[in-house]
Amino acid sequence: MLLMAGMALVTFIPRWLPLFSLTRFKLPDMMVAWLDLIPAAILSALLLPELLTMGEPRHLDLFQPKLLAAIPTFFFALKIRSFGGAVIFGMLVYWLIGKIPLIMG
Amino acid sequence: MKQPLNQPFAVKDLFLPGLTAAWPICLGYIPIGLAFGVLAQKAGLGVVEIAMMSIFVFAGSSQFIAVSMLAAGANVVSIILTTFMVNLRHLLMSSSLAVFLHGARPAKLSLYAYGVTDESFVVNYSRFKQGDWSLNKALVVNHTANTTWILSTVAGGISGRFIPEHALGIDYALIAMFIGLLVFQCKGKKYIVTAAIAGVSAVIISLFIPGNAYIILASIIAATLGVVFKRQFR
Repeated sequence: MLLMAGMALVTFIPRWLPLFSLTRFKLPDMMVAWLDLIPAAILSALLLPELLTMGEPRHLDLFQPKLLAAIPTFFFALKIRSFGGAVIFGMLVYWLIGKIPLIMG
Repeated sequence: MKQPLNQPFAVKDLFLPGLTAAWPICLGYIPIGLAFGVLAQKAGLGVVEIAMMSIFVFAGSSQFIAVSMLAAGANVVSIILTTFMVNLRHLLMSSSLAVFLHGARPAKLSLYAYGVTDESFVVNYSRFKQGDWSLNKALVVNHTANTTWILSTVAGGISGRFIPEHALGIDYALIAMFIGLLVFQCKGKKYIVTAAIAGVSAVIISLFIPGNAYIILASIIAATLGVVFKRQFR
């Protein structure tokens, strides 16, 4: 219960605070340009360590099924331009790779 | 109470565009929600707890992380702190959205803030940028996505005991979604360059600093360099 309440609070505040305060005054252009680049940066920062590193403490690992499945998924998303489709395609590829014991080592 | 500027309530003007924009998110949420439900069930959460977490927290990636931390026996404080760190990225997203929402009513903004996720942000932000979007339409997108998320996580929780672990690549759903979202964000050289800097620096930082701090650090470094780069080379 405490966990839910705590998680709810720390999820809501970062979403709410800027919307509430920043709609009251105008942001400088440079700030807007900076914020415009943030989504691409965040997604990439979330994704790449997930694909390229392993374990705890983390170390580089370039030969993992997650990365292997990411390559066709990337091109699928680039061509088909539907992220719902990319999710289903990615899951399928990852699952199929898991079926090949040779690649899994 | 009456606001003369507001159009009369109309399904065609509001719900149709909202639902049209929301369906790709829903299509993505169904497998991810199911996957989350299954994993949460394996971690020992009941259906009611899964539903409550999806309603009150509504943050896919931190819900996944919370469940895996619960399964690993982490304490409440460290889970909440991790959630906070992971969700700090929405601080940046909400800041970007605020640019388009000057003068909106506080109550509506608060409701909208509840639904700011990576996915709804990408969809709403690009529509706001095109200029054919309103807060009401964005709310339709958010709440359609929200409903889909809650229902699919609950469905996953119910069917979880019948689904073996790692079945059908469910543990890849979130990664695949991030790949899709990233591809849609990179609609120009400056975005690609920024994403590349962010990815490389995130990998490097993650190797040296434990925890999730690399997400925010790398994003801030990359966006800052991106702005500098743009000014230098134009």
